[in-house]
Amino acid sequence: MTAVAERPAETRAEAPIETRPVRVKIRRYVPELNPEPYWQTFEVHALPTDRVLNLLLDIKGYQDGSLTFRRSCAHGVCGSDAMRINGVNRLACKVLVKDMPDEITIEPIKGLPLEKDLVVDMEPFFEAYRSIKPFLITYGQPPTREHIQSQADRERFDDTTKCILCAACTTSCPVYWTDGQYFGPAAIVNAHRFIFDSRDEGTEERLEILNDREGVWRCRTTFNCTEACPRGIEVTQAIAEVKKALLYRRV
Amino acid sequence: MTAARSYPTIPPVIESPRSAPNRPRRTRTNTELYAWLFMRVSGIVLVVLVLGHLFIMNILDGGVQRINWGFVAGRWASPFWQVWDLLMLWLAMIHGTNGLRVIINDYTRRDGTRLTLKAVLYTATTITIALGTLVIFTFNPDMGS
Repeated sequence: MTAVAERPAETRAEAPIETRPVRVKIRRYVPELNPEPYWQTFEVHALPTDRVLNLLLDIKGYQDGSLTFRRSCAHGVCGSDAMRINGVNRLACKVLVKDMPDEITIEPIKGLPLEKDLVVDMEPFFEAYRSIKPFLITYGQPPTREHIQSQADRERFDDTTKCILCAACTTSCPVYWTDGQYFGPAAIVNAHRFIFDSRDEGTEERLEILNDREGVWRCRTTFNCTEACPRGIEVTQAIAEVKKALLYRRV
Repeated sequence: MTAARSYPTIPPVIESPRSAPNRPRRTRTNTELYAWLFMRVSGIVLVVLVLGHLFIMNILDGGVQRINWGFVAGRWASPFWQVWDLLMLWLAMIHGTNGLRVIINDYTRRDGTRLTLKAVLYTATTITIALGTLVIFTFNPDMGS
């Protein structure tokens, strides 16, 4: 006789999912229709498992298809959806709605030119990133075997390899808000990743770039960047290490 | 026979679609490094100098009530207090000026505004330091009596 797994009847009935009404206040900007940004509030019934990104997708899908924002992987890896959520820079895909109050304020990240709704022009950010030469520099003959690095040497820049270039740190920096020429925390973090890499030979030139008027000395150790980083990088610490390397001319 | 078709020539270098970085020329000096270091060092020294000054002037032996011409003359008779006050004047003035310079650099957007504010700042600093130094060195207890 074949054993049949009898499913208890009560578990078959789906438990009703409890939703929670959340007011999402979004700073919108549609340059074609209105030269000024304005606030618009949407009401969304959030699921217990929702993240803020789900609310935005819900609004875009069911309420207002014109809402514009960036998002790609939606799992905190690509760094597309950095925005100011309740006044602090966060990745929308990493903030759980259950941790949020009933009204959630969402603004674009500050300090970069606004293009539409939550989309900003990232070019100044990436220009700063490119100008610190974010690639391995070596001189001389091409090596015949791989560069060997000890675990201790790798440990020195391990923290700064985690950067996903979401711009949450740079656009949380009060110095960057008023002075767009400042390289910003993200560029310094990525310079740190190569400056403290024992295989890299471009240390001097990178330090020289960051020794400039718009370099690390602009940093006021506000710690906004460390607080904003969705990857938990100790950004201010990294900037301080670059300052120290410049001060003693030793990495 | 078909004539050889001419293809549009492809430029050998494809231009970057991005605008050139709008960055000021690099200075290649250590000015900002020294300014940063000066703020730290002078700050530590000023904690001792200023707190000492405030303690002597406002708390010790009856505080501000006893400060008069004779009290200042008595202190400045000693080279120790002359050096103390001179050091405090210079360090505090340069420390404060550098702080304001940094704030001006942070918050001004137009070159003209920055230049004007810095001109006012440096003029005021120079006058204050020069006047203070002059008084410390040329102070004569018998002046005006």
